[in-house]
Amino acid sequence: MTNEKTKASEEQIAYAGVLNVGMWFGLFLLVVTFIVYISGVLPSYVPIDDLPKYWTMRVHDFNVALNAPTGWHWTALVGKGDYLNFVGIAILSGLTILCYLVILPILFRKKVMAYVVIAIVEVLVLSLAASGLLKVGGH
Amino acid sequence: MPWWVWPLSLFVVTFILGILAVLGGVGGGVLFVPIVGGFFPFNIDFVRGAGLLVALAGALAAGPGLLKRNLASLRLALPVALIASAAAIVGAMIGLALKPNVVNTLLGATILFIVVIMATAKKSDFPVVPKPDALSQSLGIMGIYREESLGKDVEWNVHKTPLGLVLFIVIGVMAGMFGLGAGWANVPVLNILMGAPLKISVATSKFLLSITDTSAAWVYLNQGAVLPMIVVPSLVGIMLGSIVGVKILAKAKPKAIKWMVIGLLLFAGARSLLKGLGIWK
Repeated sequence: MTNEKTKASEEQIAYAGVLNVGMWFGLFLLVVTFIVYISGVLPSYVPIDDLPKYWTMRVHDFNVALNAPTGWHWTALVGKGDYLNFVGIAILSGLTILCYLVILPILFRKKVMAYVVIAIVEVLVLSLAASGLLKVGGH
Repeated sequence: MPWWVWPLSLFVVTFILGILAVLGGVGGGVLFVPIVGGFFPFNIDFVRGAGLLVALAGALAAGPGLLKRNLASLRLALPVALIASAAAIVGAMIGLALKPNVVNTLLGATILFIVVIMATAKKSDFPVVPKPDALSQSLGIMGIYREESLGKDVEWNVHKTPLGLVLFIVIGVMAGMFGLGAGWANVPVLNILMGAPLKISVATSKFLLSITDTSAAWVYLNQGAVLPMIVVPSLVGIMLGSIVGVKILAKAKPKAIKWMVIGLLLFAGARSLLKGLGIWK
């Protein structure tokens, strides 16, 4: 039996709700776009038959050899079967930021200011990671 | 060899890994990276990117249920996640800058270290927390959950929070650097060090991965180290394997499976180490 004391908090329920919907949506999209990719309905940026020549390379060499996009430049290539998959991947990777934004007003209303600050900083950290501003040195 | 052999093999292998991960009580990422990195032709950069997304998807899938049942605690997870996710970004950037042989050597050493932790670490269902520390008190890190096996409500607190947060810097860096989920490290720190009940620790750790791995996954994604041809078959394989694993769990002998997983990790860790050192190419 669940009583009031053992119930999940309002923010936990809100977080779980967004996570649940977003996760299934992202996964569904990922599977559908992958089927589109391997079926060849859309042309691929990197021809599938050639892929084994490139996936042994380091990512930096891969990007140079294929002039592959980094950061958010893949969005210009969503018409290609391979980069279409990035839509689902980006949704799954971005979901946590959305969940934090959803619970922020609840935390604020409850006046748990330490958690408001933690949530805001976390959104900034994840947004920085997602922004593509962080560059890794070449090899 | 035609291209489709590899994603198909990946699907079969990750399906088996998904079953073993559930039965052995480990996350999929920790098995995925050394095994796929060691025995498939993909560069370790793409394997780590896929490993993070595999661990992330598993955590996202488990998160809603764990939060709703109040087993994963946001109060416990949020401060820890902030530290771990920031550290994971640093780890991902270091990992992508290192040479593959260095990554493989360090990964092999880490996996062998994980084997030692898995073989020796004790777990405590209800650790004793004599006095919650000031930081956890001020953040309100505490809770109460229904322990169905005992038929009663269990109140919990934590202690040694500052030390726990410091350790999560190390855990985050390693998760980002190697593309591993970090449940193997999260659970001992939350349970043994900080004193959270085992169920709360396991559930919060799983949920925590959805935040830690998100930050590192973005770094890999933005560097182009994510190939759908590796990610999608792995992700689907490991998720379907996990579903089958849960069904087998009721009939399996957990101890035997645990040692099988440890044996598998030992083999995969040794392979990574020897590959990195150029002894077993």
